[in-house]
Amino acid sequence: MNLAERLATIRGGVAPTRHNARTIAALTSNPGCARRAVLDCAGVDKQRLAAHIDHPARFGQSQFAITRGNAFEAQVKANGCAELLRLLRELLDLDIEEVAYDDLESVAGREGNDLRYARARTLLTHAAAQPDQAGTLFDHPLLRLDVAGQQAYLEPDLIAFQHAGRFHVVEIKSFAVIDGRADPGKVAAAAIQSAVYVLAMRTLLEEAGHDPEIVSHDVVLVCPRDFSNQPMAVLVDVRKQLAVLRRQLSRMTRIDALLADLPATLSFDLAVDDTGVPTRSPQSLIDALNEVEARYSPECLAACELAYFCRHEAHGCTAALGKSVREELGGIERVETALAIAREQRAPAEDQQEAAELLRAAARLRAELLSGVA
Amino acid sequence: MSTLTSLARAEAVVAERAQRITLVRHLHVADRPLVFVPLTLAGEANAPLAAMVGDDPDNPTLLIVPQPRNRDQRFAFAASLAEVVLPYVDSFRGDVEAVAVNRGKDIRVRYADAPQLLVPNPGGVAFTRLFGRSTRFRRTDGDYPVHPSVPLLGRWLTWFADRAEHPGSSALLAMTEALTGHWATGQSPLEDAQLAALMAWIDPPDGMTGTQAAAAAEDPVTCPPAGPTTDPGFDNEILAPAIEAYERAVAADSLVERRRAELEDVLRTQLEPTWRLMWRAVALLHDLPAGSRVAGRWAEDRDAFTNHCSHLDDGGVPQPRRDAAVAAAQRLHRLERAQASYDVQRAYDDPMVMADHRLTGEAFVGEVTAADPTRIDDSGKRRVLRPRITVTTADVVLVTPGTTLASPHRPTNQKATVVSVARNDAGTAEVVLELTGGMGSSLTPPAGSVPEVGERLCWTTLTGFFFPAGAFPSREETPWTHGGPPAPYDDDTPTAEDAQEEWS
Repeated sequence: MNLAERLATIRGGVAPTRHNARTIAALTSNPGCARRAVLDCAGVDKQRLAAHIDHPARFGQSQFAITRGNAFEAQVKANGCAELLRLLRELLDLDIEEVAYDDLESVAGREGNDLRYARARTLLTHAAAQPDQAGTLFDHPLLRLDVAGQQAYLEPDLIAFQHAGRFHVVEIKSFAVIDGRADPGKVAAAAIQSAVYVLAMRTLLEEAGHDPEIVSHDVVLVCPRDFSNQPMAVLVDVRKQLAVLRRQLSRMTRIDALLADLPATLSFDLAVDDTGVPTRSPQSLIDALNEVEARYSPECLAACELAYFCRHEAHGCTAALGKSVREELGGIERVETALAIAREQRAPAEDQQEAAELLRAAARLRAELLSGVA
Repeated sequence: MSTLTSLARAEAVVAERAQRITLVRHLHVADRPLVFVPLTLAGEANAPLAAMVGDDPDNPTLLIVPQPRNRDQRFAFAASLAEVVLPYVDSFRGDVEAVAVNRGKDIRVRYADAPQLLVPNPGGVAFTRLFGRSTRFRRTDGDYPVHPSVPLLGRWLTWFADRAEHPGSSALLAMTEALTGHWATGQSPLEDAQLAALMAWIDPPDGMTGTQAAAAAEDPVTCPPAGPTTDPGFDNEILAPAIEAYERAVAADSLVERRRAELEDVLRTQLEPTWRLMWRAVALLHDLPAGSRVAGRWAEDRDAFTNHCSHLDDGGVPQPRRDAAVAAAQRLHRLERAQASYDVQRAYDDPMVMADHRLTGEAFVGEVTAADPTRIDDSGKRRVLRPRITVTTADVVLVTPGTTLASPHRPTNQKATVVSVARNDAGTAEVVLELTGGMGSSLTPPAGSVPEVGERLCWTTLTGFFFPAGAFPSREETPWTHGGPPAPYDDDTPTAEDAQEEWS
């Protein structure tokens, strides 16, 4: 059985879900989680899986946010991206009158990923080879990235701007920049997503024999200014995010190595019947999940659809209380173990000696101080 | 976070209930705080959707914006909010007290009490700051006139938000932070950011453990999030149809009042649970004994309140959008000083906080096992009284000879220098200390000025309450490295443009 067949078995008889920059960015935030690596590589619909085993993911998107996001994007792109061009001219100090606009969104929605990727590659490499031509905006180019030894296609939620042989990734976001400041969490998320696109574009151009550095590490972030709908653009340097991303992607265990240790029959097929209702028993899915080791941390709750299941499973683990708590408890895995060592009801293992001393001192202090108030 | 707090989290997991991490309360809880629970419309830049506000738990004021994207309705919301907040703030401008300054030569006057605003979480603080920003530059005349109360509300909200940055201030508190400063739960700090789950761990309903209650509190249907962001499920399934129904009613000019009332009911369901949690949390905090330095810090809040009142009375300009270079440096310095002093004050007030420093070797508690109260040091030109004491402790001692220590338990936090540290086989350490102050200037120590054998004392390297004030150039002398002097009041005065700033 080759890798593709193996992944198809794991997924069951359904089409794979597509990656987007956000899922890849999230993937790199917990690269040590084998469960997530396997499920994401195989393109399993984790949302549906989580719901079926009764630990549904709790992140939906409000229709108000979607409406606002779409309206803002439409406004920036209206009239052949006139507004966007004005912003780019000011920001990058260009003297171009107009640019070409190429929408690479699939026309009928039926085109395969391979075909769309090939089209994006042709157009982008063509532009790279002819730097003298007028600037061009490429909307929705489908890109791909090697994730754990597997080609992942990225949901094309970007514009690539090409001028004088240089490319900039343009991200349109609807969170506001107020007095030059925006929500740091949202900016960080946007920066890492843009970094995914920069990396994917650099890979594409490098494969075609171009210098990858022609894709700028300065991405253009377009946001509403203050409390208005007026767009403004800023350059965000994503060199740091690129370095993090590259390191995390290279550290990820190759998927074939992960699969080698797993039973060949492993499958997360929901066995959906004709009416679209899953028929596979939740318990058998949970058994399958238990075959693949997870590495839960509270940050997963905001990033992974399976997080509530993994959290349930990790109950009683120090890691479930957060990375810093785990470290402060000497890296001891189970809460009960840490407490037993702290209360001198259990001898520490050899590598726990140092941690044990601190824990015992802490437990003595707490007991001494609380006895006064109890 | 520290080992002690992490241990308390582990204990909470097993006990299935939150554990105390302080022995006293480190913040001021007003007798009559103003609780403010704001909600925003998802996706918009701080667009108010609704708020529950008031100083009486049984009588909240519900404010809603039926069409959150409508600019006029937003200003109407601001004006109604001002009707609650401004009278509340004004109610503290009554009683004053005299404070001696300049070594008793002068007195100044400050208000005897100050307003306190309580929001559910840091998101509520951010809402307060941004709503202050979007209202304080508004004009009451010109193209887009607003009610005169709107810019004033903006300036007060900005004042509250600025105080919230000040370590140790209690003028504007985020309830989740106030609670996690005093209790450790059996969940991660990320999950503690949910007020309902946090309260479930601290004060679970009868017959439930904290673990069970927290799990139940995560269901957005029974426990709506504490805002300012609403639950996406609520947005899509309940709020959107209710707003649409209202908009249709307005378009058809029929049943408008009824649809508005329905919208109010819908939003009330999202706000009321948090409103009740807020007041329960206030009661829980109130029940903790206050630390001895809390009143002093609240006095600083009262000073700040008094100063801002005078600034407004004198016709001062609104807070700038961004601080100019000198003002920014001064603010940072002020915050650093406040942080340093707050850290020391908490440790001195609370043996549990001091215990963190004992674990890291920055403090130790021990018994005085020997004392030489009349020791005279005659090695210098003048004979001076330098009593020595020996303190035996089981704590980790990492101090070295020559270090200056202070004792929170002694009058005037008596200071001493470490002479020697000897560890013995029993795992304890004997620390010889030479007292350097607190004994007057005679050669015989006054009664009680030297610790006696058998006294149990804490000694710590945390000695600095005093963090010297930095010197900054005047605004006009801003160095060229920092952009030179800013144009006069360029950053401060609202311009016509500010007043007309678009509100999407």
